[in-house]
Amino acid sequence: MRPGTLSPRTLKRGLIALLLPALLATACVDEPGAGAGASGDDIKVGILHSLSGTMAISEVTVRDAELLAIEEINAKGGVLGKKLVPVTEDGASDWPTFAEKAQKLISQDKVATVFGGWTSASRKAMLPVFERNKALLWYPVQYEGLESSPYIFYTGATTNQQIVPALDYLAAQGKKKMFLVGSDYVFPRTANKIIKAYAAAKGIEVLGEEYTPLGHTEYSTLVNKIADAKPDAVFNTLNGDSNVAFFKQLRGSGITPQTTPVVSVSVAEEEVKGIGPENVAGHLVAWNYYQTTTTPANDAFVKAFKAKYGADKVTSDPMEAGYNAVYLWAAAVAKAGTVEVEAVKKAAGGISIEAPEGTTTIDGENQHVAKTARIGLVQADGQIKEVWSSPGPIKPDPYLKSYDWASGLS
Amino acid sequence: MTLGRISLVVCIVLLALAPLTLSPFRLGLLAKYVCFAIVAVGIALAWGQGGMLTLGQGVFFGLGGYAMAMYLKLKEAGSAGLPDFMVWSGVEELPALWKPFGNPVFALAAVVLLPGLVAFLLGLLVFRQRVRGAYFAILSQALAAAFVILLVGQQGLTGGTNGMTNFSQFFGLDLTDPNGQRAVYAIAAVVLGVTFLVAKLLVRSRFGRLLVAVRDGEDRVRFLGYDPAVVKTITFTISAVMAGLAGALFVPIVGIISPALLGIVPSLELLVGVAVGGRFVLAGAIAGAIAVNYAKTLFSEDFAEGWLYLQGGLFVLVLVFAPKGLAGIVESVRYRLSSRKRAPSTPVEVAA
Repeated sequence: MRPGTLSPRTLKRGLIALLLPALLATACVDEPGAGAGASGDDIKVGILHSLSGTMAISEVTVRDAELLAIEEINAKGGVLGKKLVPVTEDGASDWPTFAEKAQKLISQDKVATVFGGWTSASRKAMLPVFERNKALLWYPVQYEGLESSPYIFYTGATTNQQIVPALDYLAAQGKKKMFLVGSDYVFPRTANKIIKAYAAAKGIEVLGEEYTPLGHTEYSTLVNKIADAKPDAVFNTLNGDSNVAFFKQLRGSGITPQTTPVVSVSVAEEEVKGIGPENVAGHLVAWNYYQTTTTPANDAFVKAFKAKYGADKVTSDPMEAGYNAVYLWAAAVAKAGTVEVEAVKKAAGGISIEAPEGTTTIDGENQHVAKTARIGLVQADGQIKEVWSSPGPIKPDPYLKSYDWASGLS
Repeated sequence: MTLGRISLVVCIVLLALAPLTLSPFRLGLLAKYVCFAIVAVGIALAWGQGGMLTLGQGVFFGLGGYAMAMYLKLKEAGSAGLPDFMVWSGVEELPALWKPFGNPVFALAAVVLLPGLVAFLLGLLVFRQRVRGAYFAILSQALAAAFVILLVGQQGLTGGTNGMTNFSQFFGLDLTDPNGQRAVYAIAAVVLGVTFLVAKLLVRSRFGRLLVAVRDGEDRVRFLGYDPAVVKTITFTISAVMAGLAGALFVPIVGIISPALLGIVPSLELLVGVAVGGRFVLAGAIAGAIAVNYAKTLFSEDFAEGWLYLQGGLFVLVLVFAPKGLAGIVESVRYRLSSRKRAPSTPVEVAA
């Protein structure tokens, strides 16, 4: 090449060479923090869910429900006369990223509160950030209990509102032999610990306890073990994609819901769609809300959700819990007359709303909510039909203190 | 002063000024990038200089990180207490494996020795068998995958998928206080400087030339009477120790260590930073690691929906137009500048 000429190739290289150091240089320049949580006519709120990675498929639906609630509240005039402005961040299915983005929402965006998280791991990663900054997190998913952070509100079920009622239901059905299947992480292991304590106290036999890594798809060995053990019921705490493979291979082996029903606690309407209703129809699930739950608030919720996101969309328990979280926070703010965290916390105890799942009340002591437990039967069309529900909302008891058989657990 | 010297001075000044100009939140992020830069120096040494494509650097990062986290957790739990995750995993007595980590000297030694020992043994086994190239890469990747499964499965010992979180103290420094955070950043920056110097000295030494020779012609080096396995094992061990140090610093800086940080994907991300920066130049690897991680933060904050595409696009651009990374661009600019200076005296017909 002749010296002094610039080929397109060199130009492109030069461009990149210029671009990247510039990028680096901005790393060392700090942007000034944006306005406080409630300034002018707006109140900023953070939304922190995984929009990429393995959890995105589930968490995006919760984000959609939360955005719907914000939109509805704004349409009715906002909170304290101010509009809510959501600031969305991507947790990327990566726990340290959740902690980083939580810190960003609190210290850079100065949001009034954050709605976010799905996995226990993401919540555990965010917990110290919220406690250190004395900021609020609303966590919308059923979880393993044994936690009660003063800066987290838990709007999903704790164990005594989901797992324990499911066990009561099975016991009432005369199921005496159980097989436990779960993904290898905290929720299934803790859930199974509770199940084993319950089983020991109530004379139920646990025939097997098997864990597979998250994302595992080879279940023929496990299905064979279940076929050999011949349990009365299988308690399933598998999460995510694994359910698809598990239910398909279970059906292929000839195990039917009539002989061996599977009770799942992480399979909702959204997951049923993914598994294929034909593979899971007839099996049981345990939640606090189904799309088919009949309350006036739910009719409105399902209608509004389909209008905003499409007629083929389904609503599920975690989505509803996320939707509730926004309304519960807004009600607490309205009562406190400010978005200031300590005042909102104080005002929140006893706050009650007519949610899609029915009356939902915040327990001021442990910051969980009282919820009605529901056992559902998966239908061939992918919807879930309620077959049993608790007589009323169950008081949250994250440490299972009011159960004698659970005394050795925490 | 050469271009390299100038940019080195600029970098040092920028890193030194950061605590004064950045908010604690941004400084924390920069400290995290510095941790990844420390790993990058090790990767540049093993991959750029030694030709060992190590896809499992997360394992060594994790060993260092877990060793540090175990000490910090025990310190926080007090003399009789159990770490929080053991309580909710149903562990009633402190496992024997954990006991020595209550001692700070043991924990600090483990941060260096544990990754070093694992890398040394693995290197000895693998390089003696003349496993190299893609086979070595696959093996190191498999190691990362296996390590993650091991950590997830031992919930009572390691905290499972959650890993360990919630650290407030680091050798007397209060991590919730901005001054404590500045101090931890300073420690990380100094460690990066020392790692860089050690690597630089190594590359310039006789050993460094031997390493490059092994990379470019392993069999010839063997015929000359050297043992390539020894050269590679030593380099691999050093790079593992660097990753272990970075992991140990990562824990107080980010406040979490979990299997999600050590698997195949994060190990590859570490490598991407080095590739973007330029694996043949140590400073390029550092710049690349910081730039890639900064870009990740920036893109994900400003475009929460589609940031992965932007980041992917950036990688593709760099790798297509500058296969030797940023350092390669700097090199070619420098070459062009010097050739332009010489141009008048060069006969035209030579430059065809």
